[in-house]
Amino acid sequence: MPLLLFIEQLLNGLQFGVMLFLMAAGLTLVFGVMGLINLAHGSLYMIGAFAAAATAAATGSFLLALMASLAVAAIAGVIVEMTVMRRLYDRDHLDQVLATFALILIFSEGTRWLFGSFPLYLDTPAWLKGSTQLPFGITYPKYRLAIILVGLAVAAGLFLMIARTRIGIQIRAGENDREMVGALGVNIARLYTLVFALGAALAGFAGALIGAIQSVQVGMGEPVLILAFVVIVIGGIGSIKGAFIGAILVGLTDTLGRSLLPLFFGVFMDTSSATTIGSSLASMSIYILMAAVLIFRPRGLFGAA
Amino acid sequence: MIRETTLNAALLVLLLAVPLAALILDELFIITLATRAVIFAIAGIGLNLALGFGGLVSLGHAAFFGIGGYAMGILAYHAQTYTPLIEWHFVIDGTKSMPVIWLTATIASAIAALGIGALSLRTSGVYFIMITLAFGQMFYFFTISWPAYGGEDGLSIYVRNGFAGFNTMDPITFFAICYAMLLAVLWLVARLVRSSFGLALGAARQNEDRIQAVGQRPFTLYLAAFTISGAITGLAGALFADLNRFVSPTMFSWQTSGEIMVFVILGGVGRVYGPVAGAAMFILLEHVLGGLSEFWHIYLGAILLGIVLFARGGLIGLLAGREVADD
Repeated sequence: MPLLLFIEQLLNGLQFGVMLFLMAAGLTLVFGVMGLINLAHGSLYMIGAFAAAATAAATGSFLLALMASLAVAAIAGVIVEMTVMRRLYDRDHLDQVLATFALILIFSEGTRWLFGSFPLYLDTPAWLKGSTQLPFGITYPKYRLAIILVGLAVAAGLFLMIARTRIGIQIRAGENDREMVGALGVNIARLYTLVFALGAALAGFAGALIGAIQSVQVGMGEPVLILAFVVIVIGGIGSIKGAFIGAILVGLTDTLGRSLLPLFFGVFMDTSSATTIGSSLASMSIYILMAAVLIFRPRGLFGAA
Repeated sequence: MIRETTLNAALLVLLLAVPLAALILDELFIITLATRAVIFAIAGIGLNLALGFGGLVSLGHAAFFGIGGYAMGILAYHAQTYTPLIEWHFVIDGTKSMPVIWLTATIASAIAALGIGALSLRTSGVYFIMITLAFGQMFYFFTISWPAYGGEDGLSIYVRNGFAGFNTMDPITFFAICYAMLLAVLWLVARLVRSSFGLALGAARQNEDRIQAVGQRPFTLYLAAFTISGAITGLAGALFADLNRFVSPTMFSWQTSGEIMVFVILGGVGRVYGPVAGAAMFILLEHVLGGLSEFWHIYLGAILLGIVLFARGGLIGLLAGREVADD
C-alpha cells in the first residue's frame, strides 16, 4: 500500500476513534460514577443527530445545528435521568440492561413517529467542504480533519475538567465513595443528573458530527453504542484515559483492518478470496481485539484491579 | 394468589388449547403465532438457565440462536442444492432430516457456548454483559460479510425439513413437534435445576466464596450452565429457522439477544416456566399492539419499563404474588 494512502487511512482511523471517544466518555462516566449500564446512550446520539438535522433544515446554520444537538441531547438526558435512571442506580445490571433496552424501543419508535422512516440529511457547511493540503503532500477532507481537531479539543477539555475543576473532583470522589461525598455536603442527586446530562450532550454532539458524514436515521445509535461498549471494556470501565486510548485503538484497528487485511491475504491467495476472508475478518477485528484484551486483562487496560 | 404449579400447568394447557381452537376455527395464522411463542419460549428457557439460575447476564445469546438457525440453513441448503457439505477425504452431505439438524444445531451451539463461555467467564458483572454482546456482534458481522451462505440476504429453504414421515408443512403438525420439544426442554431444565448441579449453581450465584469453600469451582459450574444454556437456545434457533424456512444475519443481531432476554424478564427470572409465560405474552403484545398502532414498540417499551421498575417478579411473580422464585 502506498504510504500516502496508509496515512490517509490512519487519519480516518483517528477520526473514527475520536468520535467513539465522545460516545464512550459519557458511558464510562455514567458507569464509573453511578454504576449504571446505559444501553440507551445510543438513542441520545440519535437524538442529537436528529436535533441537528432538524435545526439545520430550519435555520440553515451548521453551528446552530451543533448547538441544538448539544442542548437537546442534554435536556433529553436530564429528563431520562430524573424519570427513569434514578430508580435504577440501586438495581442490578440485569434490570438496568432491560430498562434501558425498553428506553431504546421507546426512543427509536418515537423518533420514527416524529420524523418518519426516511433518513434525513445534514449537510456539511460550505467552509468545511472539499479537501485541504497537509504537510508531506497529504490531501485530506476538511470536515474530517475538523472532526479530529474538535474531538481532540473536547477530549482535552474533559481531561482538564476531571482533573482540575471542582466538578471534576466531585465526579472522581463520587466514583470512589458516593456516600462519603454525600456526607461532605455535595448534592449527589444533582451531581448524578449533571454527569448524565454531560454524557448525553457529548453523545448528541457526536451524533450531529457524524450525521453530516452519514445519513441521520432511526437505529443509527445502536451500532455506535456497541462499539462504544467495546471501547470502554478495552479501556477499563470508569476510566476516561482508558476510554480515550480504547477509542483510538478501536478506531485504528477497524479502519486499518478493513483496508490492510484484504491486502495482507492477497499476498498468499487470489484476490477474490483474499477480499472475502480479509473483509470478514476485518469486520470482526475489534471484537477479537476486545476478547484478546479481556483474556490478558479481565478489567481492561486501565480498569481498577 | 394462585399457586405457581397450577399457574404453570394452566399456561401449558393454554398454549396447547389456543392453536387447537385456531385449527377448528381455521385461523392458520394463530397457529403460526403459537408456534413462534413456543420456539421463543425454548430460547428463553435456554437463556434463563444461565441468567436466572446462574446469574450470568448474557447479552449475546443471539449467537447461539443464530448458530442453531444457520446449522439448519446450511444443512438444508446443501440438501436442497444437492451439493456436498464437506468434500475432503470423505464426503458429508446436507440433510433435510429434523432430528439430525437438531442434533447438529445443539452440538454446534454447545461448542460455541463452551468457547465463548470459557473466555467470557474470565470476567464478571458488567464486563461479562459486554463481552457476550461483543461475541454476538462478532458472529453477526461475520455472517453479513461471509458470502458463501447468502451473506446479508440470508438463505431461503423451500420445503420445511422432514420429521419421521409427518407432513411438517402442515402448521398444526409443526406446532405439535415444537410443543413436544418445549415439554422435553422444560422437563430437562426442571430436572437440572433440582439436581446437585443445579443446586450448586444456585449456591454459586448467591455466594461464590462459600461454594468455593466447600470445594466446588464456580467457574466450572458457570461454564457448564452457560454451555447447556447455549445449546438449548441453539435448538430454538434451528426450530425458528424451520418455522420461517429462512435464516438471515438478523438472527445474530443484538436486538435478538435483547428480545430473548425480554422473554425471560417478562415471565420471571429464575423460574423454569417464566420464559414460557414471557414468550407467550410477548407474542400476544406484538399481535395486539401491532394491530393497534404501527408504532407498537413504544407501548412495548413502556410496558417493559413498567415491569422492570415496578413488577420485579415478572408475569408469573405477579400472578403468584411472590417476587422471588424458589431457591
